[in-house]
Amino acid sequence: MLGLDKKHTNLLLLVFVLTLLAPFILNPFPEGSGMAQFNAGYPDLMQRFVIFGIFAIGFNILFGLTGYLSFGHAAFLGVGSYAAMWMMKLLTMNIIPAIAVSVIVAGLFALLVGWISLRRSGIYFSILTLAFAQMSYALAYSVLTPITGGETGLQPKLQDPRILDGALEAGASPKANLFGLEMGSSFEWSVGSWLFTFNVGYYVAAIAMLASFYLAIRIFNSPFGMMLRAIKSNQQRLNYTGLNARPYTLAAFVVSGMYAGLAGGLMVAMDTQVGAERMFWTASGEVVLMTILGGAGTLIGPVLGAGMIKYMENIMSKINSTILHEWFAFLPDGLEDFVVTLIYPFIGKGWHLTLGLIFMLVVIFLPGGLVEGGQRIAKLFKRKNPSSDTPDGKTTPAE
Amino acid sequence: MSKMNLTRRGVLKTGAIAGAGVAAPTIFTAQSAAAFTNEPTGSSVTLGFNVPQSGPYADEGADELRAYELAVEHLNGGGDGGLMNTFSSKALQGNGILGKKVEYVTGDTQTKSDAARASARSMIEKDGAVMITGGSSSGVAVAVQALCQEAGVIFMAGLTHSNDTTGKDKKANGFRHFFNSYMSGAALAPILANNYGTDRRAYHLTADYNWGYTTEEAVRTSTEAMGWETVAAVKTPLTQTDFSSYIAPVLQSGADVLVLNHYGGNMVNSLTNAVQFGLRDKLVNDKNFEIVVPLYSRLMAKGAGANVKGIFGSTNWHWSLQDEGSKQFVQSFGTKYGFPPSQAAHTCYVQALLYADAVERAGSFNPCAVGEALSDFEFDGMGNGPTLYRGEDHQCFKDVLVVKGKENPTSEFDLLEIVEVTPTSQVTYDASIFGGELGACNPGA
Repeated sequence: MLGLDKKHTNLLLLVFVLTLLAPFILNPFPEGSGMAQFNAGYPDLMQRFVIFGIFAIGFNILFGLTGYLSFGHAAFLGVGSYAAMWMMKLLTMNIIPAIAVSVIVAGLFALLVGWISLRRSGIYFSILTLAFAQMSYALAYSVLTPITGGETGLQPKLQDPRILDGALEAGASPKANLFGLEMGSSFEWSVGSWLFTFNVGYYVAAIAMLASFYLAIRIFNSPFGMMLRAIKSNQQRLNYTGLNARPYTLAAFVVSGMYAGLAGGLMVAMDTQVGAERMFWTASGEVVLMTILGGAGTLIGPVLGAGMIKYMENIMSKINSTILHEWFAFLPDGLEDFVVTLIYPFIGKGWHLTLGLIFMLVVIFLPGGLVEGGQRIAKLFKRKNPSSDTPDGKTTPAE
Repeated sequence: MSKMNLTRRGVLKTGAIAGAGVAAPTIFTAQSAAAFTNEPTGSSVTLGFNVPQSGPYADEGADELRAYELAVEHLNGGGDGGLMNTFSSKALQGNGILGKKVEYVTGDTQTKSDAARASARSMIEKDGAVMITGGSSSGVAVAVQALCQEAGVIFMAGLTHSNDTTGKDKKANGFRHFFNSYMSGAALAPILANNYGTDRRAYHLTADYNWGYTTEEAVRTSTEAMGWETVAAVKTPLTQTDFSSYIAPVLQSGADVLVLNHYGGNMVNSLTNAVQFGLRDKLVNDKNFEIVVPLYSRLMAKGAGANVKGIFGSTNWHWSLQDEGSKQFVQSFGTKYGFPPSQAAHTCYVQALLYADAVERAGSFNPCAVGEALSDFEFDGMGNGPTLYRGEDHQCFKDVLVVKGKENPTSEFDLLEIVEVTPTSQVTYDASIFGGELGACNPGA
């Protein structure tokens, strides 16, 4: 189907079903129960899952295939966001021009950065991209304040020109929409004590994610993708055979930058605000973490990694000590305090610590990321099949 | 398009009753119950406390959170009632807000606009918060304020000092109790003129972002009006930790006053560098060289240690104030936590109480009704003397404190002394000077 073999068609269908049913899958616990804390099925987080999924898929095209570790990918995300925001301020609140322009601008910027940075490889390439990203951040934060809004960032204002939109009704504020369909509107469905939210913005972003995912599969399976893998495995040898690798890496870099631009544009479409922190180096590092955590070079891995990190950031960080005390209220007082003290450093503001631990465990015991973990578990269940009964298959995953 | 935003809580409670034991799915369509976003229908109401728990302002964030927890305790009738005893409005009964028990959720802004908005959105979308409050930097406050305007909930700003929050970025759903750069400048200038004379030459070091710009401009305008001359204004990167290279040129410039438009860690480092360079022992133009810090906080004074002695600055509130409200608040806070509150804690506590009081007076949680109750609301007994919540820009107008680093501190909290309380009339300005549009209030749904 769609020019894919059976295995990849199944993968695409799986991702399709997962994104379609995400409002159900992410809200497994009834409202009002103690476990509702862990529900992730609210619009903001669902949107973030798919948007950062796109970002990580794009990053993986560069890092997973060519092995070039860009440490400045957040710059393209930020540039895309600013471009989208200016479209919304100047043209229309419709998200189509905003997203289109964000992809183009990010692509052009990636062409410039890639053209310069790809003269070097390895650590030098990483440092060059990092330098570009930090420069962009510094420019956006202070020097370019008239264009970027500096520290306070940009938001649509009532008095913006928006030449394609009619005048706003009195009292109305500009809202991102797709031909009148507002990104923020959602439909809620209550079943028993469960509550499922279907958000327009989420599904728009999900469609973009599916398209990006499909494109990534095609790139992975194309001769171009094969060439990128060849660059990763032995670039010297490629050079000796008379091939110039630079056009291929540059193309991969630009495609990857455009993915980041798309993610940036979507972020603005879902939440009409952009600030310079989006380009900070920690944001660039985050996408590297996502990709490695999920499994670099695999198709689904980066999406899983993005989901995992965003879940930790938004759910774990909101557990405070009061909630912990509620959970362990059944224990005797002294013991309760002890358990809470023990867990407290790992939740709330300590979510980075938990993430770091998980990241270390994954890198040490599952070098292929979460995808490898999944494969090992799948192997366990297939043990009856003698051909796959390797000694390795018997070890339980470290998690 | 008709909007289908129901409140989570509304749907949930109805759903719980209607669907009790009923396995069949029940579909609720639009416009059935909710009049505004997250209308609380049960026996409790949820507020969202969005403060920096990590990043450069984590200390302030921690103090803000303490203040909010104290406010919730008082609103629910616990503790000694705190400022509810001295507050001029007596609408609050200590039985929650409109009889509903106050519950809260917390989030970490990380002092980043994106993270702050994500956290605020999850409070609104997931936890059903009807009001968001907090923030410890203007970038975050402006970002979250815009979000609350879109979502249709009230935003009560925490510590944010930039003119923009209630200036060019003001929003109908957002309110600020804290003072701003303009007020700092207006309050400081006369004191500086009295102490240092009117023929000074000032050199500005300014943190290179919005708050720095507005503060520099405010101090510059007000001091120049007093007859001072501005020799130069140099921008310093926000991430700078060593300011020696910026301090050295100050001496050659012929300036005799250095104004540090820095906050937090920046100010601690730049002030320490300046003092180490011996600037304060110099005689320039036959006058003692002086240093000024427009925005002071106790946490900063603590970081800079002995270097703050004798240095002028402004602050929103200080625990050594002797009015009834301040004494009461210091006592409540001190009893619970064992040390006096910072100005960040004070403004956040007051904001929480002001919101609750406005809801009681309006008789509704509807953001439009609350906004109306807060606009042009005059109150007293909150530690800042008579205060006005101006309707045009949702900014509080009250006395501004000019403080000075204490020469002989008696404890680690006793670092600043109040030099003068600048009266409200002197720091009031016309609401239109910063531009921006308030817009109309948005109740959401």
